[in-house]
Amino acid sequence: MKLHEYQSKRIFAQYGIPVQEGEVATTPQEVRSLAEQMGSPVVVKAQVLVGGRGKAGGIKLAQTPQEAEEVAARILSLQIKGLPVRKVLVARAADIRQEIYLGIVVDRAAARPVMMASSEGGVEIEEVARTHPDAIKKVHIDPFVGLRSYQTLGLAKSIGLPSALHRDFGRIAQGLYRSFVECDASLAEINPLVITPEGTLLALDAKIVLDDNSLFRHPDLAQLRDIDEETSSERAAREAGLSFVQLDGDIGCMVNGAGLAMATMDIIQHFGGMPANFLDIGGGARADRVATALRLILADPRVKAILLNIFGGITRCDEVARGIVSVLDELRPHLPIVARLVGTNEAEGRQILESSGYGIITATTLAEAAQKAVAAARAT
Amino acid sequence: MSILVDKNTRLLVQGITGREGEFHTRQTLDYGTCVVAGVTPGKGGQFACDGRVPVFDNVREAVEATGANTSVIYVPAPFAPDAIIEAADAGIGLIVCITEGIPVNDMIQVKAYLDMKGVRLIGPNCPGLLTPGQAKVGIMPGHIAMPGPVGVVSRSGTLTYEVVYALTALGIGQTTCVGIGGDPIIGTRFVDVLALFEADPETKAVVLIGEIGGNDEEVAARFIAERMTKPVVAFIAGRTAPPGKRMGHAGAIIEGGTGTAAEKIAALEAAGVRVAEHPEQIAQMVTEVIRA
Repeated sequence: MKLHEYQSKRIFAQYGIPVQEGEVATTPQEVRSLAEQMGSPVVVKAQVLVGGRGKAGGIKLAQTPQEAEEVAARILSLQIKGLPVRKVLVARAADIRQEIYLGIVVDRAAARPVMMASSEGGVEIEEVARTHPDAIKKVHIDPFVGLRSYQTLGLAKSIGLPSALHRDFGRIAQGLYRSFVECDASLAEINPLVITPEGTLLALDAKIVLDDNSLFRHPDLAQLRDIDEETSSERAAREAGLSFVQLDGDIGCMVNGAGLAMATMDIIQHFGGMPANFLDIGGGARADRVATALRLILADPRVKAILLNIFGGITRCDEVARGIVSVLDELRPHLPIVARLVGTNEAEGRQILESSGYGIITATTLAEAAQKAVAAARAT
Repeated sequence: MSILVDKNTRLLVQGITGREGEFHTRQTLDYGTCVVAGVTPGKGGQFACDGRVPVFDNVREAVEATGANTSVIYVPAPFAPDAIIEAADAGIGLIVCITEGIPVNDMIQVKAYLDMKGVRLIGPNCPGLLTPGQAKVGIMPGHIAMPGPVGVVSRSGTLTYEVVYALTALGIGQTTCVGIGGDPIIGTRFVDVLALFEADPETKAVVLIGEIGGNDEEVAARFIAERMTKPVVAFIAGRTAPPGKRMGHAGAIIEGGTGTAAEKIAALEAAGVRVAEHPEQIAQMVTEVIRA
């Protein structure tokens, strides 16, 4: 779960990290009055959960309250990567002498957190990794001994930070690591961390991604979820315990198991079709969860055909078939449906689908099912 | 022969009285696996699965009473890290954690601890292990597999079943099927299992089923090129997955432009591995490499 910049900054501030905080506003008028209170110039920043806000025109400097109101009106009418901007962060603009990068992620290969710093802040770290990999300095953090001061001082030196700032940098790095651990984050990042003309360090941006699996023990953080940032399908799927990702194609997919769901998407594309979604109904899905899944697929107006691929282990094919037929009886869609049911109770499942009278197309192998779904989508 | 689990496996089930634990333990027993004990704190002295398995309050007591040497964990995610460490502290040498949804930070600690103790963990968020005809540890359906010469290692669940089912349908049996799990931090990686298959005299060929996210497949490719003599056939799920989206498994995500299927396929092919375009092609390719 991604947090907004303003939410992340509030958390970092609690860990002693100096941040350019600011206030959140939802209308240009509010932005104007905030600019009047803060004193110009101000920076107005779109609060949407995607990267590349600056390039999309979502971050603007304003010299006067009047100008702040104008840029806010423009930013609040933007859609950035498909997400409408509903909130902006207004902050007193800071002068910048140098921008650096500081972040922590989980290094999967090393199975521990890694802190990364770079003298080339302000651009995406992936970009730096591509163009100047040597500019990124890393230290791995042992989960039992934590981040040690020799490591942070070493990082500060390796990115060429003036020695007068090494201790402050160390405190910020420690705060970042504590926030990472205590919030159960999978990413905590300050980009840029700037050196001001006064020679102090200040976090101008902040990004936290929380580990969804740990939200059960962070009810306070779970409440920070911005439901405006999810599509209605994504929200319905999350609440039903389904893994769902919207894609651009026209063949709706329903599969049990994440790997098999990905393989199903891939094989559709292999045979010349395009999947409309990734949808894993999970293990042991009951008829009602299957019904929710089918409603989600049918809610997408681009879907022209549906491919159902179930390999029954804990999941029972008859249970899946019952869920499917209940929705077909209710919504009576006119879409071709290709079903491939294998495994536990497959005969009962096929029987239920066949006797439903919907003319469901059946298939034995995955390749056959995919080819039939691609053909069906082309024909409609 | 086989790897990790066989007729000598003396299995302990942590979380045996839970819904999942009891259901899958019955199937494990029916498969003929030697299940010696269950553990559920507070339920010591009872019996589970119609009186077939004695239940203990903790792993140490169960190990002392029954000589259990392998543990399978069905405990819910908030308690699973404790269950893994408890099993390691009680002297269990092979721990298989089926549980999905364990926080990454917990797994970082658990893995560091197990590495210090030299204990092997399979999973978490995995379907477990199946040595056809000998032992079923976890949730893989037993009837789809049969004994034979192919080792299977996979990050996925149902996709593995799909492949094993197709192998069996063509009359190609398996030495052991290993589901290593779909999380970012897992106890045993592809290379660890590949090394075991390479050393197992019965295994003649290996099927590797990977997916997007991380770089374990690339590491495996290097290992195959440098150390393996046996042929490997691979499949990578997620060729069409968009970047930045978690595809069901916590570990299946393309981050910062890395972890794509294209990179993994290229690395494997460069190591001489045949990579199938779709799951059903795998079984066909395996018959070809075995005949050759």
